[in-house]
Amino acid sequence: MAAVMPVPAASRVLMSGNEAVARAVWEAGVKVAAAYPGTPSTEILEVISTYPDLYAEWSVNEKVSLEVAIGAAYAGSRAFCCMKHVGMNVASDALMTLTLTGVIGGLVIAIADDVGLSSSQNEQDSRYWGRFAHVPVLEPADSQEAYAMTLYGYELSEKFQVPVILRMTTRINHVKSLVEVGERVPHVGAGFRKEPGRFVMVPGNAGKRIPLMFKRDSELRALAETSDLNFIENGLDRRIGFIASGPAYMHVKESFPNAPVLKLGFSCPLPFEKCRELAALVDQVVIVEEVEPLVETELKAQGLQVIGKEILPLQGELSPNVLKPAIARLLGEIVPETRSTAAMPVFPRPPTMCVACPHLGVYYTLSQVRNLTISGDIGCYTLGAGHPWNALDTCVSMGASMGMALGLDKGRGEADKDKRIVAVIGDSTFLHMGMQGLLDMVYNKGNVTVLLLDNRAVGMTGGQDNPGNGRDIYGDAAPRVDFAKLVSALGVKEERIHTVNPYELPVLFKTIREEVKVPEVSVIITDQPCVLIKDYHKLKPFEVIDDKCTGCGNCIDVGCPAIHVTRRRKEVKASGREVDLAFVRIETSVCTGCGLCVQPCAPNAIVHHVPVSPIKLVGKGCGA
Amino acid sequence: MSENTNILVVGIGGQGVMTATEILAEAAIAMGHDAKKTEVAGMAQRGGVVSSHLRFGQRVLSPQITPGTADVLLGFESAEAMRWQHMLKPDGITLMNTARLVPPVVELGLFDYPADPLGEIRKTGNKVVAFDATSIAQELGDIRLGNTVMLGAIADHLPFPAETLLDCVLKRFQRKGEKLVKLNRRAFEAGRAAVGEAAAALA
Repeated sequence: MAAVMPVPAASRVLMSGNEAVARAVWEAGVKVAAAYPGTPSTEILEVISTYPDLYAEWSVNEKVSLEVAIGAAYAGSRAFCCMKHVGMNVASDALMTLTLTGVIGGLVIAIADDVGLSSSQNEQDSRYWGRFAHVPVLEPADSQEAYAMTLYGYELSEKFQVPVILRMTTRINHVKSLVEVGERVPHVGAGFRKEPGRFVMVPGNAGKRIPLMFKRDSELRALAETSDLNFIENGLDRRIGFIASGPAYMHVKESFPNAPVLKLGFSCPLPFEKCRELAALVDQVVIVEEVEPLVETELKAQGLQVIGKEILPLQGELSPNVLKPAIARLLGEIVPETRSTAAMPVFPRPPTMCVACPHLGVYYTLSQVRNLTISGDIGCYTLGAGHPWNALDTCVSMGASMGMALGLDKGRGEADKDKRIVAVIGDSTFLHMGMQGLLDMVYNKGNVTVLLLDNRAVGMTGGQDNPGNGRDIYGDAAPRVDFAKLVSALGVKEERIHTVNPYELPVLFKTIREEVKVPEVSVIITDQPCVLIKDYHKLKPFEVIDDKCTGCGNCIDVGCPAIHVTRRRKEVKASGREVDLAFVRIETSVCTGCGLCVQPCAPNAIVHHVPVSPIKLVGKGCGA
Repeated sequence: MSENTNILVVGIGGQGVMTATEILAEAAIAMGHDAKKTEVAGMAQRGGVVSSHLRFGQRVLSPQITPGTADVLLGFESAEAMRWQHMLKPDGITLMNTARLVPPVVELGLFDYPADPLGEIRKTGNKVVAFDATSIAQELGDIRLGNTVMLGAIADHLPFPAETLLDCVLKRFQRKGEKLVKLNRRAFEAGRAAVGEAAAALA
């Protein structure tokens, strides 16, 4: 993204949590910021890349991004790294040892939990990492706090030489609210100083660091007890006192304005005494936390009588709508009458692939080939599991399509002995964590056909650049990986590597049909760009000649959202079989002329659109 | 908190719902309010359902609107306006575009698009004003003006002057030249008039 002039200090700006963190990273004088895109964290690094005076990169995966940040922090500079919740599963190998070495320059790691699964394969509570890795966790409740806690995170990180986790959730990352921003304060890095006892984590050295980590834990807990980020707001209705953090705090304040509340901003290590202080004020304590009962479990272990997940859900977002009835029931009150909360029945509108998406051709083809087990992966192409294709059978984690395909092959039972195993993975996911799986598949002589869908972007998160498209985060030219050479280097035989245009259905069909029959590893690379990035070029749109359309519905099976049914009819064939006919039109204003629907159209009813041009005014001197 | 104003803007990914809500938020802030804007947008770029919540007032706590408390529901699409009726408070109002955007699951014959979304909404007894924002935009020469038509439509249903909202809309186009500013001003006024007329016809 292009650099822009940062908003001047002391301005009050409407910012998302992501934008607020980015601003704070810049103001803190961070020198290096790295991330892999992932909802809901993606915009943090996108916005950081628009600020001057720092280095930002899209890393190939979250582990590498954290390692880049660790290196910069060892070099004495301030560093930043962010990821979605599942990203930390990948990066945690580095985190678990980083906690022993600590840092020199401050390091803040923002982790964005997709509470409510708006765009994720699972729901996780990243506050666990604070406990697991013995590092402090800060939890903002709005954009202003996200900004302030990021800045404070650098202070805390450098004071204790510890990485700091900023735990965000979708309702912090994506909610826009007012933020008062400040000045940038440049930070001068100390430079790397050799200190093998600290930075070379071999058993002898690491063992000596562990007691220091535990000592740091108790110092941090003492600090959390007195931190301004953990405060009690007293109230007149003392039947219940609440302990809450993050967005849950806002919901508590909204729902129970008169109740005492302990707001946890510096929530790990947990300030036990502060919690006891609240408990002493009230009849009962209710812990309101998203997602897991972490605070609840720790306080119960401390002997405090608290209530939490007994009355509140273990899954999804909390809201006043969830809290008010739960508390009313706890107090034995009548559950407040709300207006009918039953929504009117309306069809679902699941996310779908874009008009002219190159993946449409791939899934249309896969849906036409029989006897396949399709090991899928994470990206736009996961949508291939939906209608009309139903051509993706598994999706677990980034890059998992590779190893799982091999497992499906090696683990096949008698019933599956004739099944062909196909793996489908995107370019970015392949580079993130799929390459190792392919190497494993080749090395262990698997029988899998891999479809590597190279659309030159991280599509699902908005088309970010990656090593596959030859551009860096700033849009500048960068070395571009050659996928055919890469898979060849991993050991796939030259004759088993095919690069195919996914808009040419007959070629794609034939290539897939042939390769699945070959009992070894094949890789079919599709090479057309995502329709949302600048590499994509629109072509002349198509339209349907209504008289010629026979209602066969073949084009609908492509799954392009530009195709609409105009009318339906039942017809009895000569054989006596009744068929449902669906006559179609193409929404010409959105069609970009990919031609996928033209290919299965038997009566040639789909033709290039001829625009009805407006009556031209006759210019001067044009006769008549 | 009850003194907050709750505006729910709904539609599908790609219609400009989130941008429209952001402009509404800017107008509320220009009036000195605290404001929070949030979306429920599951992979919205892929044609999914988008519902954007705006709350403003002296101080806003929860960003989400609780069902049954929205003052105004601004619907960019008919079935979507219907989907979110339960969010309105009893005397809330729906301002809806009559456009129908039919998703692939309906084209495949797996689900039906409601025959008469406006009628269904009327049956609930909720107040509703319908207008064809898409046609209005087309008549003005560019379908992309639909977003501004929608903002014009809500302009007289806010607790602050329509001009404040208009200023915030036009600010977005200032750098793009006088022609676009003029067009958007016309689109805004056209949306405002369409709702005014439709509401008058109902009364």
